[in-house]
Amino acid sequence: MNGRIVAVFGNMVIAETSGRVVQNSVGYCCRSDGARLLSEVIRVRGRLADLQVFEETRGLKFGDVVEFREEMLSVTLGPGLLGQVYDGLQNPLYRLAEQEGFFLKPGVYISALPVEKTWTFTPKVQAGATVGAADTLGTVPEGIFEHQVMAPFNAEGDLKVARIADPGDYSIEEEIAVLTDEAGSRHPVTMTQTWPVKRALNVSRRRLMPTEPLVTQVRIIDSMFPVVRGGTYCIPGPFGAGKTVLQQITSRYAEVDIVIVAACGERAGEVVETIREFPKLQDPRTGRLLMERTIIVCNTSAMPVAAREASVYTAVTLAEYYRQMALNVLLLADSTSRWAQALREVSGRLEEIPGEEAFPAYLESRIAGFYERAGAVELADGRIGSVTIGGTISPAGGNFDEPVTQGTLKVVGAFHGLSQARADARRYPAIDPLDSWSKYTGIIEAEKAARVSRLLRRGNDVKQMMAVVGEEGTSIEDFLVMLKAEFFDNTYLQQNAFDPVDASTSAERQRFVFDKILEFLDLDFEFDDKAAARRSLVRGQDLYRNWNYAAMDSDEFKKIEGQIDEFIAANAAND
Amino acid sequence: MRKYYDQITRISGNVVTVTATGIGYDELAIVTGTSGTSLASVIRMEGDQVSLQVFAGTQGVSTGDRVRFLGRPMQVPFSDDLLGRIFDGAGRPRDGRPDLEAERVDIGGPPVNPTKRRRPDRMIRTGIPMIDIFNSLVESQKLPIFSVPGEPYNELLARVGLQTNADVIILGGMGLRHDDYLRFRRTFEEGGAGGRTILFIHTAADPVVECLLVPDLCLAVAESFALQGKRVLALLTDMTAFADALKEIAITMEQIPSNRGYPGDLYTQLARRYEKAVDLDGAGSVTLLACTTMPGDDVTHPVPDNTGYITEGQFYLRSGWIEPFGSLSRLKQQVNGDTRDDHRSIMDACIQLYALCRESREKRDMGFEMSAWDAKLLKYGDLFETHIMDLAVNIPLEEALDRCWDILARCFDPAETGIRRTIIESHWPKQPTAA
Repeated sequence: MNGRIVAVFGNMVIAETSGRVVQNSVGYCCRSDGARLLSEVIRVRGRLADLQVFEETRGLKFGDVVEFREEMLSVTLGPGLLGQVYDGLQNPLYRLAEQEGFFLKPGVYISALPVEKTWTFTPKVQAGATVGAADTLGTVPEGIFEHQVMAPFNAEGDLKVARIADPGDYSIEEEIAVLTDEAGSRHPVTMTQTWPVKRALNVSRRRLMPTEPLVTQVRIIDSMFPVVRGGTYCIPGPFGAGKTVLQQITSRYAEVDIVIVAACGERAGEVVETIREFPKLQDPRTGRLLMERTIIVCNTSAMPVAAREASVYTAVTLAEYYRQMALNVLLLADSTSRWAQALREVSGRLEEIPGEEAFPAYLESRIAGFYERAGAVELADGRIGSVTIGGTISPAGGNFDEPVTQGTLKVVGAFHGLSQARADARRYPAIDPLDSWSKYTGIIEAEKAARVSRLLRRGNDVKQMMAVVGEEGTSIEDFLVMLKAEFFDNTYLQQNAFDPVDASTSAERQRFVFDKILEFLDLDFEFDDKAAARRSLVRGQDLYRNWNYAAMDSDEFKKIEGQIDEFIAANAAND
Repeated sequence: MRKYYDQITRISGNVVTVTATGIGYDELAIVTGTSGTSLASVIRMEGDQVSLQVFAGTQGVSTGDRVRFLGRPMQVPFSDDLLGRIFDGAGRPRDGRPDLEAERVDIGGPPVNPTKRRRPDRMIRTGIPMIDIFNSLVESQKLPIFSVPGEPYNELLARVGLQTNADVIILGGMGLRHDDYLRFRRTFEEGGAGGRTILFIHTAADPVVECLLVPDLCLAVAESFALQGKRVLALLTDMTAFADALKEIAITMEQIPSNRGYPGDLYTQLARRYEKAVDLDGAGSVTLLACTTMPGDDVTHPVPDNTGYITEGQFYLRSGWIEPFGSLSRLKQQVNGDTRDDHRSIMDACIQLYALCRESREKRDMGFEMSAWDAKLLKYGDLFETHIMDLAVNIPLEEALDRCWDILARCFDPAETGIRRTIIESHWPKQPTAA
């Protein structure tokens, strides 16, 4: 079904059509030189369909043909996704570079998965078996995983396996099974299927309450503001506060099976760093290369803005696909503000009535809809998989009181607010320990974490008071509270992302060190004056800090542990 | 073949609407009338109503004027003959010399495939210690200078341009005062860089639409040189004028403003330009240094705020020098490990001590008693400001590092600097110059 272009404005095209148009379906704007530009129907008014074009609209003319399709914007799912670098529309960027060179030419699309590669298929069902949607038909090895070839996700009712391929090597285009439905019609199955990105992919028995901690190996997160598998969290912060370093650290060390990085409207340089580094870095958990468990979906700030809007959905759909294989997937979206801005640009062109800061009125429901695609699920065979979503937010002027931050805070389970003051003081990661929160239970008992939380709060009160009345006017008890809070901040909350040992702290080590710090904090120090108090705590701080730099199984670690125990024993003897 | 359209239905702001068909979006046109001719480009098409932004402005444009479409987007000539030339914001020669006959390249071309970018790892030496030591500039970096209007940011930009060894220097001036333009020209000529510079100059007196084109012209040329393997330095000043021009057009087009009147796509518009900074895998590079004046010294103003999220750091220019706090080169870690073994130690120690000096100064100003330690810090701060921070200081990195050691030795005992012992042993001056 075809239409004709009647208006072009920025990345928006209005086409006149006489036939059936499906909202959110795909259209191709055919430029007179033969290029076909992918677009999506975003509004229908009478015979006019408004499309957002995922490419530069330069050169489109009045009267150019628009080909309307029935299907919605979709991604291809199958073996070979891991290790890929895609743009927001799932174009593989490495192969695109081989074909097209330096630039991303509008209208060039190539298949997301390599068609020539063969995979060693092992059937898991026999002919005659009955299967339902998303049931495993067979497996192929993909890196360290057994990639499952599943029955179509959109299948209804029971299907009969009419034919299943013998073990052997097949390409993704070859038929590996034929299924018949209750009506008797035959459905050929290959190793791939497609799924519309804006529809949640979840074929499971039920959604579970997410409770299993997701260990990021960042102490302030795991111990104070934990994240769980299947949960959601957000990281708002002004520029320069360390959002990107935090995301990079998480993508390296988080204890999950698969990490999907959605670089949405941010600097290309940062993606390049990941693209260039990951193929060289080893995953400490499996010994394999980090890239083998990673998919990068990048639509950097210079790439077309409508594709930016699509990129986060592309990424989350890929995440959901691996969840269907009972894997734990972490999706890192950097940054959701750029995605929201893309919504705002489109809304402006549609001349919708603007909400706050010109964002569309549906901004909050879109944000909620996106984060709701996270979750832990119990699959039909009882296995459990999860998608965790962590999104960064880049609020204008670093002010959290803006629509994207506020809309996100309503729907996420944890909030890691980055503070400019902490970043300025070089206290990294700059997550504010007073403002941030988490609704999840982590690896440290809630009661213990609450105790240090209280200490940090009181320490901060004293510090503020001290700024007014001076050190002289502060009682030694209060002064000690402040010192202890500083001690905890310096030795535990701060973590050096560039030190090989300190960059990641395992859950076991966090529990151990946390208890050892509580022992210290619980000491009833007695000091004659404030200078003595400061000296003593600085000495303790020095011990714990150096402890952080020692590998847990090293002699150095044992040695410093001994010194800490001596220090504690000496001070406990005071009373 | 030459088809003219003469049904101008609307003239508003810098935008003219004409009835025409078969026109491509973003296509270039020529508007001819009694008051002269001007280039224009298509920014909106609705049915047969085509809206054009007229580069020379709409003053004097009449409903009887004629519009001819050129069937191509805005282009810029590209060849080695560009070197040494000066153009205006519409790409016309400004130096009294003839038009350039050369192959033309489209402006505002597609983005680079991220997999074809190299990781930046080559330092650009500027001879300015505050940059070289403390926030090293890296090839292919995009970095703005945030400044209030009165600061000497253009002088700084010109100096960086002159003192780097880039193959090609391209200056884009937006809303430039005429004397600033002349000063840039003189600086480059006197500095002997005339033969490797190209200037695209829009002055404050020129039509506002031409201001919008300046970054695209500069960067299209820069990109073309980079594809030939050249290392290009692009200097853009002032990006706030560019953003204001965007705002003006957006308001004329009745777009809904998002923040302080700026259009909702300000971030995208700025990013599309800044992201042209690139180190191409297997070809040359484009490094982009820009000036962004901050209205009211307010970094949360939409222009510097959006810029900060796009660029790889920023320099704050305040009271005549590059502010050591707040200024940041996000890429410095990629290069400052390979210069000299004491580079990072000096970088950290000098800044920490200078921060302490500022605290001591505050104490002094409030009338508190100065300890011996405070006195040392105060002495250090004065020396550091005159011999390192002053923008007039122009010495290579190694000499600047030696000078820092000298200043430290004149003020402190080795242990007071907090520098690691191994570094102290190999670098602490044996005989500091007499204070």
